Amino acid sequence: MTAASPPEILRAPLVVEFPFTRSLGPVQSAFLTGLREGVVLGVTTADGKVMVPPVEYDPVTAEEIRDLVEVGTTGTVTTWAWNGSPRPNQPLATPFAWVLVRLDGADTAILHALDAPGPEAVTTGMRVRVRWAAERTGAITDIACFEPAGDGAAGAQATPHSGEFADAVTGIVAEARLDYSYSPGRAQTAYIAGLSEQKTIGERCPSCHKVYVPPRGACPTCGVATSDRVEVGPAGTVTTYCIVNIKARNLDIEVPYVYAHIALDGAGLALHGRIGGIPYDQVRMGLRVEPVWTEGGRYPDHYRPTGEPDADYDVYKELI
Amino acid sequence: MARYAREVAVIAFAQSDHLRRTDELSEVEMVMPVLHRVLAATGLKAGEIGFTCSGSSDYLAGRAFSFTMTLDGVGAWPPISESHVEMDGAWALYEAWVKIQTGEADTALVYSYGKSSPGSVRDVLTRQLDPYYVAPLWPDSVALAALQAQALIDAGETDEAGLAAIGARSRASAGANPHAQLSGAVAQGEYQVAPLRTGDCPPIGDGAAAVILAAGDVARRLCERPAWITGIDHRIEAHSLGLRDLTDSPSTRIAAEHAGVFEAPVDTAELHAPFSSQEVVLRKALGLGGDVAVNPSGGALAANPMMAAGLIRIGEAAARIHRGESDRAVAHATSGPCLQQNLVAVLEGDRA
Repeated sequence: MTAASPPEILRAPLVVEFPFTRSLGPVQSAFLTGLREGVVLGVTTADGKVMVPPVEYDPVTAEEIRDLVEVGTTGTVTTWAWNGSPRPNQPLATPFAWVLVRLDGADTAILHALDAPGPEAVTTGMRVRVRWAAERTGAITDIACFEPAGDGAAGAQATPHSGEFADAVTGIVAEARLDYSYSPGRAQTAYIAGLSEQKTIGERCPSCHKVYVPPRGACPTCGVATSDRVEVGPAGTVTTYCIVNIKARNLDIEVPYVYAHIALDGAGLALHGRIGGIPYDQVRMGLRVEPVWTEGGRYPDHYRPTGEPDADYDVYKELI
Repeated sequence: MARYAREVAVIAFAQSDHLRRTDELSEVEMVMPVLHRVLAATGLKAGEIGFTCSGSSDYLAGRAFSFTMTLDGVGAWPPISESHVEMDGAWALYEAWVKIQTGEADTALVYSYGKSSPGSVRDVLTRQLDPYYVAPLWPDSVALAALQAQALIDAGETDEAGLAAIGARSRASAGANPHAQLSGAVAQGEYQVAPLRTGDCPPIGDGAAAVILAAGDVARRLCERPAWITGIDHRIEAHSLGLRDLTDSPSTRIAAEHAGVFEAPVDTAELHAPFSSQEVVLRKALGLGGDVAVNPSGGALAANPMMAAGLIRIGEAAARIHRGESDRAVAHATSGPCLQQNLVAVLEGDRA
């Protein structure tokens, strides 16, 4: 057991990006294609309400609804909120109002941004019109934002629309990126700090005395904190292995190679690593191995045979 | 009275201190002490629990299947009966309650947690919105709540001073809650998204909570005064914000009717209203009069650990019954923008 001098908690940037490709149903396709063409479409429910933006199923009856109508590009603000500090990715980079707008001919409201000089220029009930984006692709952002239209702006009625356009948009790519600052917590910080000194640090469960490596701070069997740090290894025993024959993209390791579970001496469970320094077809259960660190490596590059006699099966069978 | 097949009660509740950052703790390190406290309160061992259910969100952690890591804190070996909801833990409690109603378990451990500190929660929450028409505009959680607040002001149901008073009362009440993140006098501050000011918005923080449910005689044996769940229901609004009357919450009202809220007076209401304006909507939907103690814990305006704040409302209401401070309480949890989804539970203690 080593003295527990708490290292500074590690933190690192973590970026999650996802360009989900989503297909559109007939109603959403017509709506988004319409935006590309400068036309706003809604859908009529069984009781005659016009919903903009349109949905494919009546929210009250759950009936499929497909009757498309064209509504106006002017409308009325039903509620609003002044956004003095726009956040990344929002429709406008300058202060703007979030608005719900009931377009002329529609019975429901659409959420978007309103470009206005300040909150004093915005009221519930004000008249606004669509400002189209310079380049339109068939997305909600084809509406760049709304802008004040003045009280004299003419209204419009909903009129039937086929929803048919040449070269209809059938899918969207929903791009998103979220930035995090990840911290692995106390136990994993200690493990990673140990690796920087080419040591493998586990933690012992005070209840069942098993040593977990890498430690995550808890014994999953007993459900208690593991706080006693224990250095394990460096050598260990191959408990099981497989031969990898398919080369992964961007991996500069020649196939076939061996990927193994390795029970480091003193550890209560096996971790995994690549086996090198021995022909792939000579790797075996019980093989004694030790880590090989490369210059500047932050974890063992691979494990190689120590040359010791193989471990007896009974010694490691509980760890397979 | 016999609304359901079995009597089920909340018999224990524990929560972490809710903090702005907990960098030194992994999720399991944050959750585990809470699990230990709630188990200790009942004398149950992890292995004696019939069903375990948790609530959390991968988008907060920025990692797939993040809940599997916290299972280490439960003691999941030998294998346990376990489930997870990608939602507030109040819905995990609902699942556990159903499990007990079916007779498949007599006890359940329900826990939930959220660390908002690693990311920007206002932006993260945009990813739960409609991906076709709404999410590409990145309207953050405060902006959507502000639209609802303005609708309430336009309708004459509140004003900015009224909203500020809700925040002030919540943080004053939180003075008696050692786990709260914000308590006492807090400046109302600048507009975040007008008409909402800093004081109308919840603190961003990390935290966890857990409750234990038990059926009938098991509850009586393990708890001096069980908080019986005499009614529970949850409902959801149509998802398009422009389709809803943002000044009302029909889903809360219907859930409350089905849970029996209106069948007798309540003395306590723990409402999951992360924004001051949402309390106005919920008070109306639940028909709460001035004689009801609303959020004596301080509510979500004092501590709003994502995915746990709703479960905490049920836990706080139950704890008041355990302590004899309440006989009939309503607990409410919400999820999603502008009170999208609402869960209502009625908790009652046996009368002397």
